[in-house]
Amino acid sequence: MVLAMVVCANAGDLLLKRGMTDIGAVEVSGSGLAHAFRLTVTNPTIWLAILFLLGFMICYMTVLSWADYSYVMPAGAFGYAILTFLAVIFLHESVSPRRWIGVIMICIGVMLVGQTKPRTTEAVAPQKVTA
Amino acid sequence: MTATFLLLALFLCSTTGGEIAMTYGMKSTGEPERLRPKQVLQFLGRAVCNGWFWVGIPLMAFSFYALLVLLSWQPISFVIPASALSNVVGTLGAKYILKEEVNTARWAGVVLVCIGVALVSLDSIPLR
Repeated sequence: MVLAMVVCANAGDLLLKRGMTDIGAVEVSGSGLAHAFRLTVTNPTIWLAILFLLGFMICYMTVLSWADYSYVMPAGAFGYAILTFLAVIFLHESVSPRRWIGVIMICIGVMLVGQTKPRTTEAVAPQKVTA
Repeated sequence: MTATFLLLALFLCSTTGGEIAMTYGMKSTGEPERLRPKQVLQFLGRAVCNGWFWVGIPLMAFSFYALLVLLSWQPISFVIPASALSNVVGTLGAKYILKEEVNTARWAGVVLVCIGVALVSLDSIPLR
């Protein structure tokens, strides 16, 4: 479930960046934001990104129902390590020492968090809030 | 640049606030009995009826749109390392608001992940 969460989040982020690059810089004004919003909702790449991010959201909600937030959150960064390994294995890309150091730090960080107790809080009684 | 840092601060606050509300909502909803489509769908049905879910969604939506604007203003090599700070802000929120037990190992892991993400992302900036 965590792996599916990581894959969906990274695919969604990459597609989002591609979609927003197509749209260009957003002007902060009423008409500028409205124009950017129109362009955003009519861009198919943005919609594909949203689909992946929806998949991420379902996995994320399910995982959070059981595990700590501070346990789940760092796992999201594991996607950077997966992307780097895939780039080396399948695309034969050369990776700089700085990037390798970053990947190693992410892997050690995720392993350190992974060794801690996944859930440290008790179940929360259902409550109503005024939203 | 001031607008960028202001929006970044709003992004970090809304991300953390939204995810903490979401975590609280999911914990009070209770986990699905089994990880089968039917049980997960039932869980999602219960989750969307939880008030905390509807506190988290607008904050996360704001955070999402703030990220879109940041990505359109600045290169991804700046936005992603800066947004990695949400790991630290989020862990502080988890410790002090959700009362999670964040021990030294978990803190060390979070800080390593944060620096690691920054290093990986900075790799795309050409050295002068």
